[in-house]
Amino acid sequence: MMRYSSGTVLLVILAACQVADNGTRGNPTTYGLGSPATAADIAALNTDVSPSGEGLPPGSGDATRGAALYASKCAACHGANGEGAPGAPPGPVLVGREPREGFPFGNDPKLVRTVGNYWPEATTLFDYIKRTMPLAAPGTLTDDEVYSLTAHLLVANELLPAGATLDSASLMAVKMPAKGRFVPDNRRGGAEVK
Amino acid sequence: MTPLQSLSGTITPADLHFERHHAGVPAIDPAAHRLVIHGLVDRPLTLTVDEIRRFPQVTRVHFVECSGNGRAAWLNPAPDMTPQRTDGMTSNSEWTGVPVATLFREAGAQRSATWFLAEGADACLMTRSIPMEKALDDALIVWAQNGEPLRPEQGFPLRLLLPGWEGNANVKWLRRLELGTQPWMTRWETSKYTDPLKDGTARIFSFVLDAKSIITSPSVPSRLTGHGWRGVSGVAWSGRGRITRVEVSADNGASWHDAELQGTPLPKAHTRFSMMWNWTGEQAVLLSRATDETGYVQPGRKALIDARGAGTDYHNNAVRGWRIEPDGAVFFHWET
Repeated sequence: MMRYSSGTVLLVILAACQVADNGTRGNPTTYGLGSPATAADIAALNTDVSPSGEGLPPGSGDATRGAALYASKCAACHGANGEGAPGAPPGPVLVGREPREGFPFGNDPKLVRTVGNYWPEATTLFDYIKRTMPLAAPGTLTDDEVYSLTAHLLVANELLPAGATLDSASLMAVKMPAKGRFVPDNRRGGAEVK
Repeated sequence: MTPLQSLSGTITPADLHFERHHAGVPAIDPAAHRLVIHGLVDRPLTLTVDEIRRFPQVTRVHFVECSGNGRAAWLNPAPDMTPQRTDGMTSNSEWTGVPVATLFREAGAQRSATWFLAEGADACLMTRSIPMEKALDDALIVWAQNGEPLRPEQGFPLRLLLPGWEGNANVKWLRRLELGTQPWMTRWETSKYTDPLKDGTARIFSFVLDAKSIITSPSVPSRLTGHGWRGVSGVAWSGRGRITRVEVSADNGASWHDAELQGTPLPKAHTRFSMMWNWTGEQAVLLSRATDETGYVQPGRKALIDARGAGTDYHNNAVRGWRIEPDGAVFFHWET
């Protein structure tokens, strides 16, 4: 006579509960719903760019062409020199390196965050322009135009020399002043206020 | 913003849920909408809304709060601010959907995946990076709110729901989930939803909303019309679990009294509290402070500034309340 441990019996019962009645009821590991996402399905949506550079497309641009594009497609909301524009909500400020010393945003609520003084990754600038701008026609810029606009804004923020050209390699080489300022959330609940 | 001063109980009617969107409300044909799951998965999947609704579903009550809730009152307090204006970017609903973990299992999520990117179908393709731990904990993809389909302003036909986490990360109009090994550092999670601190750093991925409460009655714009007993009532909530205690002060924090918690407090949900109070006609300051199941006590304004710095205005949960004048007039008041 075969003997089963109580654990074995429990496992058999659990297995029976997962899918009963010849597989017509219960909770299987997968349900076979949905259809395989093809490479084309994914490519049509997956346009994001990571800090590792993954997703940066081929192509290049330069700050001179970027300045012209900026004047025609961006300045209405962001100001002629990236200083922002009034409105509700106001057009975001993009350019500015003040304060140049330290990172005193936690002590002064009036400081304005810009690409040059607050953004930790240059890839974020490319990603956001490519996928989201201009406001009324997002996604219409070519990759070369996005490289040009990114170059223009990095020049305006004194992060690249005047007239600089930009491609994936030179974008990855840009040093952002705020890089290294960001720390993980250390709040865990409990008595201490953080 | 939700008119908290006009509501009773805990559930926010769907059309009074606060709205915050960053590039308009898209008009989406639910029959044509797809959710794509890809990246570090064995079986990249395309799912229709109907297919998602065929998975095992759950219904849970949770609040959604914008991390900027309270910011306007913090930066520019005004005595005539109502609860709607000070804190109306928190709302509480019964949500129905499928656990993200169920969909990740269906797609064969790989063990190496530590983050996922959630992307909306709005004009700015709202994208936030979310730790996988949240997917394995309590994250949902929801299609219904208080028994009805999501309102367009709340993400119809699908939204990510991350119980207790800042509203912006609860991506609406969800169209894509990408599994990876590091955060994407999107514009929203770097330049916007970070918390600068007094030591020259800034918190990033500070998702959880700490315990908070607000008295909603009496409050602006009501006026006390007679002395005597009345209920002081409000809502309390915590992104870390259940509310375990709410204390109310009628003397600007000199003494505190336990309020009654109505019903059974649910985790990461609004809890209604009330305390009977006998107003004798003198000036009074009504305050509330919440405690959650981790032992965290809602701090005062000074304690919060001491801990973080004066420049941090998101995740503001300082004790706030109402000053009652002898003529019955009510004004917004920060605890100091």
